[in-house]
Amino acid sequence: MSTEQQKRPDGRDATTTDKPRVVTLPEDENRETLVNYYHQMLLVRRFEEKSDEMYKMARIGGYCHLNLGEEATVVGFCAGLEPKDYLYTNYREHGYALGRGIAPNAVMAELFGKETGCSFGRGGSMHMFSLEHRLLGGYGIVGGQVPLAVGAAFAVAYRGTDEVVAVQMGDGATNGGPFYESLNLARIYKLPVIFFVVNNQYGMGLPVEKGSAVSELYRKGCAFDVRGERVDGNDVLAVRDAVRRAAKVAREEHEPYIVEAVSFRHRGHSVIDPDRYRDEELVRQGRSLDPVPAFARHLLEAHIIDDQGLRAIDEQVEQVVSEAVRFAEESPFPAVETLFDHIYASDEHLQESK
Amino acid sequence: MAEISFRQALNDTLREELKRDDNVFLMGEEIGVFEGSYKITAGLLKEFGARRVVDTPIAENGFIGMAVGSAMLGLRPVVEIMTFNFIALAMDEILNHAAKIHYMFGGQTPVPLVIRTPGGGGQQLSATHSQNLEVWFAHIPGLHVVAPSNPADAKGMLKTAIRNNNPVIFIEHLGLYNTRGSVPDGDYLVPFGKAKIAKEGTDLTIISYSRMAAMALDVARRLEQENKWSVEVVDLRSLRPLDKETIVNSVKKTGRAIVFEEDWRSYGIGAEIAATVQEEAFDYLDAPVKRVANVEVPLPYSKPLESAALTGAKQLLDAINELAPRRRR
Repeated sequence: MSTEQQKRPDGRDATTTDKPRVVTLPEDENRETLVNYYHQMLLVRRFEEKSDEMYKMARIGGYCHLNLGEEATVVGFCAGLEPKDYLYTNYREHGYALGRGIAPNAVMAELFGKETGCSFGRGGSMHMFSLEHRLLGGYGIVGGQVPLAVGAAFAVAYRGTDEVVAVQMGDGATNGGPFYESLNLARIYKLPVIFFVVNNQYGMGLPVEKGSAVSELYRKGCAFDVRGERVDGNDVLAVRDAVRRAAKVAREEHEPYIVEAVSFRHRGHSVIDPDRYRDEELVRQGRSLDPVPAFARHLLEAHIIDDQGLRAIDEQVEQVVSEAVRFAEESPFPAVETLFDHIYASDEHLQESK
Repeated sequence: MAEISFRQALNDTLREELKRDDNVFLMGEEIGVFEGSYKITAGLLKEFGARRVVDTPIAENGFIGMAVGSAMLGLRPVVEIMTFNFIALAMDEILNHAAKIHYMFGGQTPVPLVIRTPGGGGQQLSATHSQNLEVWFAHIPGLHVVAPSNPADAKGMLKTAIRNNNPVIFIEHLGLYNTRGSVPDGDYLVPFGKAKIAKEGTDLTIISYSRMAAMALDVARRLEQENKWSVEVVDLRSLRPLDKETIVNSVKKTGRAIVFEEDWRSYGIGAEIAATVQEEAFDYLDAPVKRVANVEVPLPYSKPLESAALTGAKQLLDAINELAPRRRR
């Protein structure tokens, strides 16, 4: 059966986030790469804190779902993919947009609804897109993105190229029909797709074990003979390595694969959710496993970086995020005359028909 | 020009488009090995292989979503939904994804997708297998919705649909598949958003589409032969975009309009057209716009009940009798 890897190849238990583990950084990791992961994680952290602030200042409208607490999951996931790979996400996707390399300016401008945003101000927080960065969209309907990703993988297989399509979703999405139909379709057509489930343990206010008959979500692949594994979403390297294993299976064997990253949402479901349904002790415990300072500590302990180095990154990130806000503030709103633009794509193809 | 059936016109067109462009592929339930529930895809699996003609499991939500995703990467899927009723299972992918992706992401990726599906009642298929749901889709910006009434338009509009860069709901009709007509040879394309004056007339205008347009044309010709009234028939062909100009010009000429449709009357295509006519041709009307549509019940199985619920030539004739001018123009 196909749910083989509950433990990482290095033997570390990746199935629980209950207690802080002693993490040693692998000897063979490139130091710059490790520092870069930290940099990325801190960027997501500060960017999301700023998004929260800007929302409360009414610069950002609509719904706004933050990746706070999920930084290791986000960065590890993006690091496990190659630039040529395609990514679909759900609506909690600011971090993934940054992780794909979209400029923080364009992400913040999208949140502000500006013409310079990565979706030209038409999508907002839940609908970020960049063809250039192969982020094929954040999607606001829970689970709706999953069949789309399977279709993109179908297109890759149809053309015989070797990209992988990864689709991120929350734990709640694994209870809906589209997820199961997608697993089945991906398996029967042998498609290179990674189902990346961010199990932050709550679907809005519903705990995983109350919404899902099986709370180890990667096991849901069993019925479809789709392999999978669970990793500690607070461990950026574990997440990256799991995604790399999944990508290898998808790319080389043309088989789908599930990666479940067990993570923790530091705040409510969205910016406006006061998070009253979670036990205080549970939240305290979850936050105590905060992956960002934990990774900084590992880097310090391994002498990969010193305090001065950390401060320099902190300052750089602060500057990038402030610049993003300035850019977003100063960017123009889309002209009202463009309201009807892009409802339909042009008919140019009609003229160039072969 | 060859005289062929509606079914054959669709089959020929799919074959021609599969040959023309390797990005075009077909998917749907039973379209390959089984050759299509209504045999529209007969022979195509054999000719093009399983890469281009993809049998799907019974998972409309999943495979319509797949088609949308594949279109985002530049393929041109032509999906068959076995009957119109089953499209309900895929509504999220059509409404929230196919119709939104180009706009919501600022025009970065088109979705060149065709969903072909037959509607129509009258075959004792009862409530869940006899519906005409075109209004659901005609309501949605971002979709094209077309419903040809004859083999020539079927060919020309299916070609346009496949080459169009947007999601298209291509509505067929169980009652039309065996009807015959002459079809132009070669690369024949019918543009969207252009209604056709199927027959000119001066006394009143019937506005219709799909099988009801074919029926309206028969009725109008009969009335002409009987030297009763001169009826103009506007075959909409395309429901979104809607050719308001042709409708309005015809009503301005005749002063009277009947909308003949096979969906339920309330909130139907007829409601939209009646509103359009009163907005743009109010002063030309000699009588209120009439709607002839299906009775508002879930379609029953039993034959007498089914017959009582469906609209048809008799209901249209009654409406004409009621609405037509007392004196010929």
